[in-house]
Amino acid sequence: MHPVLPLALALAAALATGGQLLLWQQSRAQASGSIFTLLLGESRRAFADQMFLKADGYYHLGNYPSVFDLALSDGKTHMAKEAESHAHRHDDSQPPPAHRDWIEAFGSHFHPTGHRHIGGLRDAREILPWLRLAAELDPHRVDSYTVAAYWLREHLNRVPAAEAFLRDGLRANPDSYEILFELGRLYAENNRDVPRARAVLELAINKWIQQEAGKPAPDTPSYRLILGQLAALEEQTGNLDRALSHYTRLKNLSPHPDAIQRRMDDVQKKISAPK
Amino acid sequence: MNTVWSLAKVVVVEMVRRKDFYVLFILTVLLTVTAGSVNLFNDRSIVRYLKEICLLLIWVSGLIIAITCTARQIPAERESRTIFPLLAKPVTRGQFLLGKFLGCWLATGLALLLFYTFFGLMSAAREHHWPVLNYLQAAWLHWLMLGIVISFTLLGSIVFATPSSNGTICLVCSASILLLGRHLNKVALGLAEPLQSILYGVYFILPHIEWFDVRELIIHDASLIPWDKVALATLYAAAYAGFFLWAAWLAFRRRPLN
Repeated sequence: MHPVLPLALALAAALATGGQLLLWQQSRAQASGSIFTLLLGESRRAFADQMFLKADGYYHLGNYPSVFDLALSDGKTHMAKEAESHAHRHDDSQPPPAHRDWIEAFGSHFHPTGHRHIGGLRDAREILPWLRLAAELDPHRVDSYTVAAYWLREHLNRVPAAEAFLRDGLRANPDSYEILFELGRLYAENNRDVPRARAVLELAINKWIQQEAGKPAPDTPSYRLILGQLAALEEQTGNLDRALSHYTRLKNLSPHPDAIQRRMDDVQKKISAPK
Repeated sequence: MNTVWSLAKVVVVEMVRRKDFYVLFILTVLLTVTAGSVNLFNDRSIVRYLKEICLLLIWVSGLIIAITCTARQIPAERESRTIFPLLAKPVTRGQFLLGKFLGCWLATGLALLLFYTFFGLMSAAREHHWPVLNYLQAAWLHWLMLGIVISFTLLGSIVFATPSSNGTICLVCSASILLLGRHLNKVALGLAEPLQSILYGVYFILPHIEWFDVRELIIHDASLIPWDKVALATLYAAAYAGFFLWAAWLAFRRRPLN
């Protein structure tokens, strides 16, 4: 037997097995979503939450409350309180809490203290790996996409990267009004693509109505944001009747109806002004 | 002192010959390089996640090297019966323990030097600046912390029956203090008496090795730690290492060797 023959046979067998393995891997990946799903199962969601918190920790330059700090006397966490008020209230002038003992006081020299946020471009990009990882671990966590896209387009001027990431998010969450809103904002503010921005924002409103309108406690802050963005877009492009209609809807939901009324009055003046 | 130094040199040479350290170093390099090769929004200047991963691997490797190297010293000497001729020479048990401690501490110091050099090169390649003093502080504090762990493990190798049980107990204790040590007082305050006083007492007695973990400061490019605080931390580490060595000597001085 020619000595090359067994080698050729072995090579053919290896190629065939490799091809089969590749096909099997591809079919598994399609079936299960990602390598993380395969390896971690449902626990990947918990890891995704941790990665998201890690990104928030980077935003605070490493000074982030631990689970022990989050357990407050009233039984509510900082995160829960922030979620209730829908705002991350910071008072940088507030003095840091007093140390409970000398061990804590001395130990404070060896880890980040003081409430600070990332400042420059160099710092801003550092939160992105954790958001990307959070999105990889849990593709249905929409915050990962919207927050990363915000930082990419607002602070790093990476609009195409932000759009691509939002599109990834939209593929995984086709009904997400939050991602559609962020995408609409990107088209309106960065790309100046008014027709696309309008289409995406109107789709976001439809999705919101489908998902939230019937709920006893709907996500009205998101709805206000979408309506406000759409109304401003219509006002800027001269579609004043449409803008007025959106402002009217917004006024009914806004905690500051007077401010919305002033905007409506301005629009009304523009409509009635001689052309 | 010459006797202690000679014993220490033997430990260092033994550590250089063993493969554990090389395996951990290569793993650290491979994992860091793999994490660094991930494409994150086509931005090659993102570095902090890489520093975080690399420092975590260095800390895990440092703990493993220090504990496994120390845990096997005395049992190995007993098993191979080399401890008998060694102590038959004019070598006291105190010198024997001190030599073993110094050898393990120097060996882990050499390992840390290599690890931190790699870390510095990796971050300099990405960040294009090299805060040498910050890295020196981090490496020094890390080495001090390992000094406490080594002396504790040496005590454990006299108290516990086998190196594996000693290694496991020391690793669990060190990891627990690193993770929870800073928060024990907060947990204690939430408990009822007498548990509160007991836990607060434990909090004061424990060696706070988590102080020496300054990874967050390095990752987020914080300014230097005041040198007087570093000096105080050095004294603190020396006091705890000295206490554990003294306890090990007390346990070892009258213990039968066979």
